[in-house]
Amino acid sequence: MTIATPQVTPDGAERCAPPRRGASARMWAWLGLVPFLAYLAVFLVLPTMLALASGLFTRDGSFTWDNLAALGDPVVLATFGNSMWLSLVTAVIGAVIGALVCYALLGIREDGPVRTFVDAAAGVFAQFGGVMLAFTFIATIGLKGVVTQLLLGVGVELFADGPWIYELPGLVLPYIFFQIPLMVITFMPTLSALKPQWAEANLTLGGTRATFWTHVGIPVLAPSFLASTLLLFANAFSSYATAAALASQGSQIVPLQIRTSLTSETVLGRENLAGALALGMIVVVGVVMWLSSLIQRRAARWQR
Amino acid sequence: MTTLLRARQLTVGFAAVAATALALTGCAADGPAAGDSTAATATSLADFGTLADLEAAAKAEGALNVIALPRDWANYGEILDAFAAKYPEITINEASPDVSSAEEIQAAKTNEGLDTAPDVFDLGLTVALQNTDQFAAYRVQGWDEIPDALKESTGLFVGDYGGYMSIGYDSSKYPEPATLQDLLGTDYKAAVAVNGDPTQAGAAFAAVGMATVQSGGTLDDFQPGIDFFGELSKAGNMLKVDVTTATVASGETPVVFDWDYLNATHVTDNAAWKVRIFPGTGYAAYYNQAINKNAPHPAAARLWEEFLYSDEAQNLWLKGGARPARMEAMIAAGTIDAAAAAALPAAPSTVVVPTEKQSTDAGTLLGEKWAAAVQ
Repeated sequence: MTIATPQVTPDGAERCAPPRRGASARMWAWLGLVPFLAYLAVFLVLPTMLALASGLFTRDGSFTWDNLAALGDPVVLATFGNSMWLSLVTAVIGAVIGALVCYALLGIREDGPVRTFVDAAAGVFAQFGGVMLAFTFIATIGLKGVVTQLLLGVGVELFADGPWIYELPGLVLPYIFFQIPLMVITFMPTLSALKPQWAEANLTLGGTRATFWTHVGIPVLAPSFLASTLLLFANAFSSYATAAALASQGSQIVPLQIRTSLTSETVLGRENLAGALALGMIVVVGVVMWLSSLIQRRAARWQR
Repeated sequence: MTTLLRARQLTVGFAAVAATALALTGCAADGPAAGDSTAATATSLADFGTLADLEAAAKAEGALNVIALPRDWANYGEILDAFAAKYPEITINEASPDVSSAEEIQAAKTNEGLDTAPDVFDLGLTVALQNTDQFAAYRVQGWDEIPDALKESTGLFVGDYGGYMSIGYDSSKYPEPATLQDLLGTDYKAAVAVNGDPTQAGAAFAAVGMATVQSGGTLDDFQPGIDFFGELSKAGNMLKVDVTTATVASGETPVVFDWDYLNATHVTDNAAWKVRIFPGTGYAAYYNQAINKNAPHPAAARLWEEFLYSDEAQNLWLKGGARPARMEAMIAAGTIDAAAAAALPAAPSTVVVPTEKQSTDAGTLLGEKWAAAVQ
């Protein structure tokens, strides 16, 4: 995309295109890309092909639309709706809180211990999903959890309206738990790239704090903020293990439906539906990633 | 065998990958003993001669591959150890203890021709019925003592142990439910869980079946059972968390729908844990033994079957709270472990088991209605 265009510095004064090299050098450069391409082939292209194949062909190899038609089934549609709702809610909440945390961190010395600590913690907790996280929540705010019991002691009944922690809305809390740190990791670099000179220029030109944000800060940050939000969306959309341990009834989200079609011992012969569901997920994530890259491209203008 | 604990299932994917890797690296190792064609086609002990001949053939093979046998399930741990103690020359390879019945068959197909393929299966009835072309027919010595209803007539698969759908509950905190409807009451607020999702796990499927017959319905239509769980969910009594030994031990899931022999094992986690089978119509199911027709160790596979249907192993299942297939005959012969038999919860007066068609219809209905009912 933008890699091939000649580099132009913001003031446009000088060109610093890399010196031309011979064809052999270019070949070496391509060779360097091979490990990455192999990685892509094994972990992205191959699974996509397999999903396509199992979704579009029957077990004995003939072409069929039946599995894709099953995507229109009300249960499946509801599951996709649930998945998207859950991902969107946790992405937006995670993005807003995460961005506020980043903003707060701006005021702290970059090489100070607090900043280092928060960076490290965000790195760890962004990956702290799955059964560990589910069990952490069961142990703390489960029905017999430590926090639940403490609150009960002071008269606050967390589950007066039923055990919502094990329902779909109950997943929001654990998801946010790994969404916020991921936002901190992805958004922090952009926020720290806000140049102090811009604020100074704004003040010099007679602007206020408010005009800085409305005319400079937000327009510059918005693309990157949206791109990060979309990343969080995709992150939540593909999460499986946390939900599997917490909300095990009814396979309310798509990854759980895929599990059901693959391993069910009560409804057999639906392995191909799993392929179709995976295909549906690939389409959704593909659209999200395409939007994200559009926005990133715009954001890149400010980050040279 | 069944998807019993989802938490464990996460290790399953890993185990499957590991197994595949093993399979890939292991193919150069000592080839399958399939050259012993008598063993691979033997349909009863007579084809070997005597039990001693079968034992000799199995020992010559030196290994037995089992799959999906959790050590805390129906006392399988003790059964495996007893076999190992009796035949120290035969190494038991226990693969993926927590995979589902469907995954057992997948493992046999994926590893076909390799010495890592499972020799024997322990399967839910639905999966057994749909995969008979994967099995080798074999009739064990005690064949005649196994009730006809529990066996495929040629011996392709045979019921091994079973039980009734039951309610396990923490008797120190909750009263004994007299009827199914009691569970809808305020006593059981946020307390009732099902072991698995019925569109996926056999035990949970049976829970809906049991609720159906206990609500006055028949197995032709699971709707009354689905309605019951819908009401349970609306009353705020239903817990949707995945039931594991840990959630029972911590008290997070104090009332659980599960097989009686699985509920019985929770006594070790909670001394006040009790098992209740509702009187009237009960819902029963047996798991089934089958031999992989491409078993890498055909003689060992048959010896394992002979062992499982011996008085010794049948009593070990009984000790684990399950009802072994030869139970009636053993009671008549006086070879049953009387103490273990007396410890079982009383059996309901009428017992139903779904036919293949009822099973399929219920599966379709659950796929359409379950998610919405318990939402």
